[in-house]
Amino acid sequence: MLDNFQILVAAPVFNVQLLLNGVLVGAVFALAAYGLALVWGVTNVKNLAQGDFVMLGGYLGYELAKHGIHPLVTVIPVAVLMYAFGWIVYKLVISRVIQRELFTSLLATFGLAIVMQQSMNLIFGPEVRTAESGFNTRELFDGLVTVTDIRMISFVLCGVLALVLVLFMKRSRMGQAIRATAQDARAARVMGVDTERVYAFTFSLNAAICGVAGVLISMIWVLQPFYGIAYSVRAFVIVTAAGLGNLPGVIVMALGLGAIEQYSGFVLGAQFQQATVVGLLVLVLVWRRLLLQRHRQALQ
Amino acid sequence: MTKNSLILHCAILVSGIVAPLLFPGLVFQFAMLWIMILFALTWDVLGGQMGYNSLGNILFFGFGMYICAITQIGMFYDVGKYTAAFGAIKVDFTDQQYYLGLALGLVFAALASVVVAAVLSWVLFGLRGPYFAIGTLGAALAAAELTGSWNYVGGGGGISMPVFPGEPGARSLFFYSLCMLLTIVCYLFLRWLYQTRFGMALNAIRDDEDKAEAMGLHTNRYKMMAWSISAFFLGIVGGLFGNMTGFIEPMEVAYPTLTFGIFMVAMTLLGGKGTLWGPIIGAVLFHVLKEVTWTYLLGWQYVALGLLIIVNVVYFQQGIMGWMQEKWPERFGLVVDRAPGGAAPEDAQ
Repeated sequence: MLDNFQILVAAPVFNVQLLLNGVLVGAVFALAAYGLALVWGVTNVKNLAQGDFVMLGGYLGYELAKHGIHPLVTVIPVAVLMYAFGWIVYKLVISRVIQRELFTSLLATFGLAIVMQQSMNLIFGPEVRTAESGFNTRELFDGLVTVTDIRMISFVLCGVLALVLVLFMKRSRMGQAIRATAQDARAARVMGVDTERVYAFTFSLNAAICGVAGVLISMIWVLQPFYGIAYSVRAFVIVTAAGLGNLPGVIVMALGLGAIEQYSGFVLGAQFQQATVVGLLVLVLVWRRLLLQRHRQALQ
Repeated sequence: MTKNSLILHCAILVSGIVAPLLFPGLVFQFAMLWIMILFALTWDVLGGQMGYNSLGNILFFGFGMYICAITQIGMFYDVGKYTAAFGAIKVDFTDQQYYLGLALGLVFAALASVVVAAVLSWVLFGLRGPYFAIGTLGAALAAAELTGSWNYVGGGGGISMPVFPGEPGARSLFFYSLCMLLTIVCYLFLRWLYQTRFGMALNAIRDDEDKAEAMGLHTNRYKMMAWSISAFFLGIVGGLFGNMTGFIEPMEVAYPTLTFGIFMVAMTLLGGKGTLWGPIIGAVLFHVLKEVTWTYLLGWQYVALGLLIIVNVVYFQQGIMGWMQEKWPERFGLVVDRAPGGAAPEDAQ
């Protein structure tokens, strides 16, 4: 453990490698976290199946790519399919728990997560998979730092998608309706916004975003039916630390989380990577608690 | 205690004693049934009575299991060497060593779980509602990951537990009676607890925590004690379960967040949370259903479990007890024990 740390100090170029990997993967975390924050803010449903949506998107892309389509192109059909899937899930489950107490929606999405990961395990098999994108690997700093082209492409794609989403939220009629509903659903209804449609659209849009994130993950990292929960936890860490409706915060946290994971994986060993994510979740929640405590003391 | 409820309690007690003698092949299943009832009862202390829905109560189960194992082995051998050999070296425990180790192990498991609950409650009870659920889930997942990467206790490879000195038949009966005894003690304790001022305080926290605090209740103290009570029983049952299975490892046996951890919640919700008998009915129904149908589902068991949770939460949230109370409120009044369905599933074994 200390040896690995000394390597980092002695050869600073490894830091570049870890940071680069972390930031490039973190961009995908940002997509999933943004989707979570969107649904959370608009419908107040905390979607514990977020990571399983990501995995499902990845598997759909993987299966489509088997039929000769380039994995990168599958982003579009997967987004459409996941949109439809999200809509069905919304109509069957989410629409019935929106008005209930919060734990109901949490548990319902937890049940959904179990159903999704177990079904994926049965349908696609428990093996770890990666979609072959066929791009080159670049070497920087005389071959000490390597970076695959597909990671760069996915990073750019995440940026473009984020930009499109921001513009959509700001400019389009539906985007305005979504923001109005998030601010005050009742007032939005009074002003003639069909909030039921907004909820359905938001949840489906989230599923589509997750689908895109999943396709990117399938190319730059690995797919496995039970890895979904790690993405759910990551999304929660990011959103809880950044706060709702704070897009720059979500991006910074996501990239930072990616880097922290890479560092802990390198310094502590790969088996601690998962533990780091979960540990960070607990830490972020504790930090929130301390903030709240200060807030409470101020009231006394 | 009214006459009917006395008869009901006696019937359950008698069937609990007679069942393993009548069906010696199913003793392990019966012991699991008691454990499931205990799971649901302890989950309901927080989830039902106090309104804090924990998804990570399984943490105390696994923690107790490991503490018990370490005590049992560590009293006579070096734990690091024992686990490093992965059961390859034959180590024998004399009868006296075994029982003494087990007894002390269970005591330590209970105490250590209470300590962990007290520490964690300082951290996690500042969180409310869904944050608490996610925080406890995170804590349980983290505990599993950390135990899995700790080589002293065998890491992901696990520990083989000391072998019970008697015959196999005596072994299962021995652990069956301990599980039954523990669950009955837990039931009686909770039954008494819910009638005291402490129980009222828990309900007050559930109904409105801010008001309860404004009325002068030290809510944090109550929350910590309630969780410690859950942890106490879960720690002991964890130690027992570890000895029953004979082999423990972090992911599937000690911290099974997605099986036992979620069964607790599903059983309590099925039976009706916030009642004394709801968790018991839910646990019996769930366990019997699960054991009967599990093998016929051909790998789709967990999908069915997830669907059960969704349907339960979305369409049948009040649970069986809640439904019965809605349907025949005059039969319940204040005494919940007289549930007409209370005895039926128990006899059905």
